[in-house]
Amino acid sequence: MMAVFGGRRRDDNPALPPGQYLTESFPVLSAGPTPSIDTQDWEFFIHTEAAHTHQWTWDQFIALPSEDITADIHCVTSWSKLGAGWRGVALDTLFAGVETGFDFVMAHSYGGYTTNLPLEDLLNGRAWIAYEYDGGEIDPEHGGPARLLVPHLYFWKSAKWIRGLVMQSGDKPGFWEENGYNLHGDPWREERYA
Amino acid sequence: MSRRTNAWLTGSLARAHPLTASARSITFAVPGWPGNDPGHHVDVRLTAPDGYQVVRSYSIASTGTGEEIELAIDRLPDGEVSPFLVDDLELGDTVELRGPLGGWFVWRPEQTQPVQLIAGGSGVVPFIAMTRAHASAGNSIPMQLLYSLRAPCDAFFRDELSQPSATAPTTWHYTRTVPPGWSRSAGRLTVKDLKSETLPPEQVPLTYICGPTGFVETVSRALISLGHAADNIRTERFGGI
Repeated sequence: MMAVFGGRRRDDNPALPPGQYLTESFPVLSAGPTPSIDTQDWEFFIHTEAAHTHQWTWDQFIALPSEDITADIHCVTSWSKLGAGWRGVALDTLFAGVETGFDFVMAHSYGGYTTNLPLEDLLNGRAWIAYEYDGGEIDPEHGGPARLLVPHLYFWKSAKWIRGLVMQSGDKPGFWEENGYNLHGDPWREERYA
Repeated sequence: MSRRTNAWLTGSLARAHPLTASARSITFAVPGWPGNDPGHHVDVRLTAPDGYQVVRSYSIASTGTGEEIELAIDRLPDGEVSPFLVDDLELGDTVELRGPLGGWFVWRPEQTQPVQLIAGGSGVVPFIAMTRAHASAGNSIPMQLLYSLRAPCDAFFRDELSQPSATAPTTWHYTRTVPPGWSRSAGRLTVKDLKSETLPPEQVPLTYICGPTGFVETVSRALISLGHAADNIRTERFGGI
């Protein structure tokens, strides 16, 4: 006689990608210790193939036009959190004066984490550098003082403690992508693993 | 080690035994399992009769090239999957498994750096795989485990971790209840505890920390304050904050 798994069948939620379940908490997943970054020392850069670096200090960064974003979070480990509230600067704003012919980006974090993205996934109102969560500063555990926010991809792409973006000609893998995760990470297509 | 990360394999429960009042060791026979390194985890998928499916990730307590994998599951009071795996699953029952997953929080016997393992509660599971691999490789690289748990009765694999022949010695730390005759009182790990009970920064150990988020944050911060480089600390967290 087989044990029968009952499960707690929920109403199908159209906001949940395949294989995801809802959580109300906000789990923390990081590969190493949480870096401690003083906004006095913080900077953000975009580095292009022309060896040109666009740079913002914290004060310059938060003086840029910012937006409130309500977005769902989908973690590759199968939890989803719906309707999280953020405030941040759109990548469109940061890329407004950047000239590049490259189609891919490597995001670099304080602490050494990296993750790769196609440039098109960062533009057209789809990605931000967020510096507020739920109306307050972002906790260091969740990537504060500022993190990349790309809600339409699995959340390992939303690099915590973001430091800068380096344009690259090809889709070279970042940290988790070299450790077995998918190059792209679309939750609706279940692009979890390589 | 070969990988088959996208294929679901069928595993049948081959052995099971209780670990604590709330946890159970479950070993699956998984034909086609490609083997795993210590520290790897696996996705487990359950399907209800009406087709409803759920997936959870678990650390693997076993290691090596065999087609059996051992998991050690703690029953979460409000869990959807863990109560079924701990209380209901019977020998011969099948689940689907995908893996091994995770290429970062692993230890391989060919690594040469001294290793400090620090576990909070059920975070000890990947370290069971590491100490087993260390022993079976006859490895002489220093490896030791600091195991923080609420009370003696919460220990997973106590006998195995207590064997005097163990090549990777365990230091036990209790946060709520200590055994009779224990020399120190119960309390959370402090910087002082970590200084006296882990490999010092001068030995440049690679440190793995696994446990609840708050535990991992506290311990990793303390290690950095003791002079360990962030690059030598790997973490795996579970639960919210």
